[in-house]
Amino acid sequence: MADLESIKRFLKNYDGPEMNIMEVCGSHTAAVAKNGIPSLLSERIRLLSGPGCPVCVTPSSYIDRLIELSGKPDVCVVTFGDLIRVPGSEGNLAEARGRGGHVKMVYSPMDILPMARKNPDTVFVFAAVGFETTTPVYALLMKEIVQGKIENIRLLTALKTMPPAVDYLCMNGARIDGFLAPGHVCVISGYRGYEPIAEKYSIPFGVAGFSGAELLIALCGLVHDRGHGVVKNYYPIVATRDGNAEARRLADEYFETAPAYWRGIGMIPGSGRVLREQYHMFDAGSRDLTEDRKANPACRCDQVLTGKLRPYECPLFGRVCTPMTPQGACMVSQEGSCFSYLANHRRD
Amino acid sequence: MEGVVTTAHGSGGSATGELISDIFAKEFHNDMDDAAVLNTGDGTQIAMTTDSFVVTPQVYPGGDIGRLAVCGTVNDLLMRGSRPLYLTAGFILEEGVSFSLLRRAAHSMAETAAEAGVQIVAGDTKVIEGHTGSEPGLYINTAGCGIMDGWKRPDGTAVRTNIAAENARGGDRILVSGTLGGHHAVILGSRLGIDVDAKSDNAPLTDMVGNLITSGIRIHAMRDVTRGGLGTVLKELAEASGRVFSIRDEAIPVSSAVADFCRMMGLDPLYMGNEGKMVCIVDRRDAEKALAVIRRSRYGQNACVIGEVLEAEERKMPGTVIMKTAVGGERMIGVLQGEGLPRIC
Repeated sequence: MADLESIKRFLKNYDGPEMNIMEVCGSHTAAVAKNGIPSLLSERIRLLSGPGCPVCVTPSSYIDRLIELSGKPDVCVVTFGDLIRVPGSEGNLAEARGRGGHVKMVYSPMDILPMARKNPDTVFVFAAVGFETTTPVYALLMKEIVQGKIENIRLLTALKTMPPAVDYLCMNGARIDGFLAPGHVCVISGYRGYEPIAEKYSIPFGVAGFSGAELLIALCGLVHDRGHGVVKNYYPIVATRDGNAEARRLADEYFETAPAYWRGIGMIPGSGRVLREQYHMFDAGSRDLTEDRKANPACRCDQVLTGKLRPYECPLFGRVCTPMTPQGACMVSQEGSCFSYLANHRRD
Repeated sequence: MEGVVTTAHGSGGSATGELISDIFAKEFHNDMDDAAVLNTGDGTQIAMTTDSFVVTPQVYPGGDIGRLAVCGTVNDLLMRGSRPLYLTAGFILEEGVSFSLLRRAAHSMAETAAEAGVQIVAGDTKVIEGHTGSEPGLYINTAGCGIMDGWKRPDGTAVRTNIAAENARGGDRILVSGTLGGHHAVILGSRLGIDVDAKSDNAPLTDMVGNLITSGIRIHAMRDVTRGGLGTVLKELAEASGRVFSIRDEAIPVSSAVADFCRMMGLDPLYMGNEGKMVCIVDRRDAEKALAVIRRSRYGQNACVIGEVLEAEERKMPGTVIMKTAVGGERMIGVLQGEGLPRIC
């Protein structure tokens, strides 16, 4: 393999056909900005941020349902911090909490267990949002709940899987000439699932790590493979073709595949995970959350998520819509593309 | 401004700014800065400030809320160039706070005040009902005053300083007084139950600032690096001066324990809170001397020069902070966006 300096020279001086390369992992979005990757690329290589942040693709009805639950006297919503300011169709969980709603922030789903044991008269609802990487953790939580016969925990799930969404983007999104495949997701689910998509659309996929050098190596590979439907692993130290079988087995024990609703995109068949039939008593009503209404009709998150619009091209970006006053979900989470572009002053 | 207060209003970011400008500054008819410099009428000037401390946990590796309550106020006074002299202490205690915790906090305050060369001269105590189900709260407010031009050379003459955010100019060097993110990592680690091999950096910077000022170094700007992290401080200083700051990622000091913790948690040391670190912008000709002075001062042994100040030009707008990344890219640095970590101080 060529050394890093020649890779950098190649990427900076590239003058072939224009390439749009999309990353579909929030950690990649953050790593691209943190390492100043756009400044190292030729103007003919453009990076797009896809729907890689689980919080950003959660439909408004999901947030509305959490707000509704938090207002019930004997219910407490338990969530990761980044969900707390995601706008529903009206308001967010932070405001609901300010009005007396029961919302607790935790850093790990397991933190819900001691809460539930200590307060048996309250029903604790975990806002189970995430991709393939987080689902096994919820499965572990389910195992604890079932084995410990804990009756006052429910999950409100918005669990998603990436390959069907990538397939959807290839069909319906902006023109994409290459994908940085999500390194962490591939550790769990493997990259085998991207192979049929690569082949179908003749688009290269590069499984990438998160350091500056790892990103550049994968980008260089994608540019070389332009037009070829191949999946290559540039993160072999942890990512494999088949992923982590044990984590997948655990996830499959409690969750099954279902259609999922993506904010701004709509329903994508087979792109979600929900609790299996026999565990329905632990579900807080996840299956019927299909509605997706914008809090602000001018919000363009849908076009940002599909690579049709750069975050800064949205009329609300940085003016009406900021991390403190997010109008759309992409501005909320640190991994959201709008947040990342704003925080890092990106204009590429 | 409609609605209710949320945690975002306490983040130190834009929501806090709105709260201050829409509600407090309007009624109090001033800028409501961190610290004010006041004329006493006889030509002397004093600096005055106040700060409240709500950190959880109240005791953490390397310190506790008592030490923090002294450091925060002392450092605010120091950054104005003043010599801190007196503090007051107000305690708000929830029912159930243990005497041993209170004793520990008071002892830390006394010890830290002695180290910082200040006296705690007045105080107040209130007790309120606690919240069921959560640890009883202990909250401390400290107010302090310091004397401007209060630093004396070895020959006894007073040093007049002209330290202000807008004073950074082209060619100046940017120094950071030590490794970043320790306090933030320790607080977050304690809450998560993760053992971080680090200690809070909470410390009064009296020795360091005193040494810098009395050694005749031309200090143009100085700022303690607290809640918003180094990135926020640099951006604010660059904007205030209308200059361009150029820094190198690899030059930014971070301990390996904190760097590992950041990688694991997806955090950026550039935006992590500290309680005993400062940025100092000095005339280029004094940079080496300033580095030596900080390194031999208390809490300054890991100080580094991290970059320089440039005059703005066509390609580089005034107020820009550019970081050269390890892989050779350029990254624009802005202020901390979003909420940050609540109740870190």
